[in-house]
Amino acid sequence: MIHKFKQDDVRIVLDVNSGAVHVVDEIVYDILNYYREKNNDEIIALLAGRYPKESIREAIDEIRTLESEGLLFTEDGYSSHPAFLNRKPVVKALCLHVAHDCNIRCKYCFASQGNFKGERSLMPLDVGKKALDFLIEHSGARKNLEVDFFGGEPLMNFDVVKELVNYGRKREAETGKRFRFTLTTNGVLLNEDNMQYINEHMDNVVLSIDGRKEVNDNMRYTIHGNGTYDMIVPKLLKMAEMRNGKSYYVRGTFTRDNLDFSSDVLHLADLGFKNTSVEPVVAEADKAYAIREEDLDYIFEQYETLAREYVKRHKMGQDFHFFHFMIDLSQGPCVIKRLTGCGAGAEYLAITPEGDIYPCHQFVGNEAFRMGNILHGEFEKELQISFGNAHVYNKEKCNECWAKFYCSGGCHANAYHFHKDIHIPYEIGCQMEKKRIECSLFIQAKLMKGEA
Amino acid sequence: MKHIQTLTNATLKNSAAKGGCGECQTSCQSACKTSCTVANQTCENK
Repeated sequence: MIHKFKQDDVRIVLDVNSGAVHVVDEIVYDILNYYREKNNDEIIALLAGRYPKESIREAIDEIRTLESEGLLFTEDGYSSHPAFLNRKPVVKALCLHVAHDCNIRCKYCFASQGNFKGERSLMPLDVGKKALDFLIEHSGARKNLEVDFFGGEPLMNFDVVKELVNYGRKREAETGKRFRFTLTTNGVLLNEDNMQYINEHMDNVVLSIDGRKEVNDNMRYTIHGNGTYDMIVPKLLKMAEMRNGKSYYVRGTFTRDNLDFSSDVLHLADLGFKNTSVEPVVAEADKAYAIREEDLDYIFEQYETLAREYVKRHKMGQDFHFFHFMIDLSQGPCVIKRLTGCGAGAEYLAITPEGDIYPCHQFVGNEAFRMGNILHGEFEKELQISFGNAHVYNKEKCNECWAKFYCSGGCHANAYHFHKDIHIPYEIGCQMEKKRIECSLFIQAKLMKGEA
Repeated sequence: MKHIQTLTNATLKNSAAKGGCGECQTSCQSACKTSCTVANQTCENK
């Protein structure tokens, strides 16, 4: 399987199964429309009106060479790979809901503005400790374990966060495991003290902000209805500056209210943030701010605009990283990882303040997906296996999709929200993801070719 | 080659050889928390 596309003046051919990426000229691009179905003479006859015959022959030879080298039209043989077949159901990451409460109200909040459709509550320390024990116990031979302090707003329960970091360090020494902690915050409660602590102890920090003031304040406001932008920007900038090379992201959401989101990404870059992720909202179709199919063409243009600017700024030394444009063509994740995706429900679980286990933060509160409770020692292995088997080969649409090794099957929660089946991906999400991958490859081509 | 410039070779095929150790970051943990792009993750077993 190949995928080819043209963006601006660049024509790219992706050999899906080998991972090879080629920049081709117009002749090769056109030949590939016929290459598998027609013989050489037929192809030459079809294209002779547009290109010299000798050039067409040359181009066909080059295509044939790549094919013989396993760089074009490669078959997919990974489903029988031992490392894929012998996957073990281990848990290696937890989303720890240390606070089912929030100090701001976001219009689009999937967590029902902080409480996840339940009582507002904070995770007691003993529940958090049991969660870390549970993670160690179910992690098999994995050394690197991840814990994301999440909410609601985790800074509302920061003493417990600190105690859990201490506890994690103690358990590391006892078990040889290594915890990587992340904290996701809206920034409102950041201050000098907790920023220093966060900087020292968190491997990654995710800071929520949507972009321009009017865009952010339209969706993210305080309990009294005031926008949060002015309150959080100085704090988030300070936090980002403090990281000094350690990982952080500013993380925003775009909705139908700001389809011109490339301006928000660039606004965050202009403020001085170097690592940005701005994502389409996940919302039921009846919400006014939900993204609709008719918005896609405009959204695609926005991604293209952003990709051009991204290249330009990288060339000028004003580079920033946009999470979904970051593709490492030479040293990215292995194909086994790419087949199995985000790991929700299998390797990655969410734990509520009450100790309930869910496949991920997006499923929290949906009783049908409650996988057990760490306090009672219950853990539903059948659901874990079912999520583990929801990989690209078991999803009909993914199996035939060129993007399968880049998006890895998409978000289970999105699929469930729209189709009540984790095996049927959310189509609008797929289309945006494919556009982001094309833009990423375009950027790589532009930067590697040394063109502005 | 005159008509084709290869940006990257068969990296996926090569990655299968030592793949599947599972030590890498869980994709949803890193930044996005909604949609996933797995291809931007880093391999822990280079």
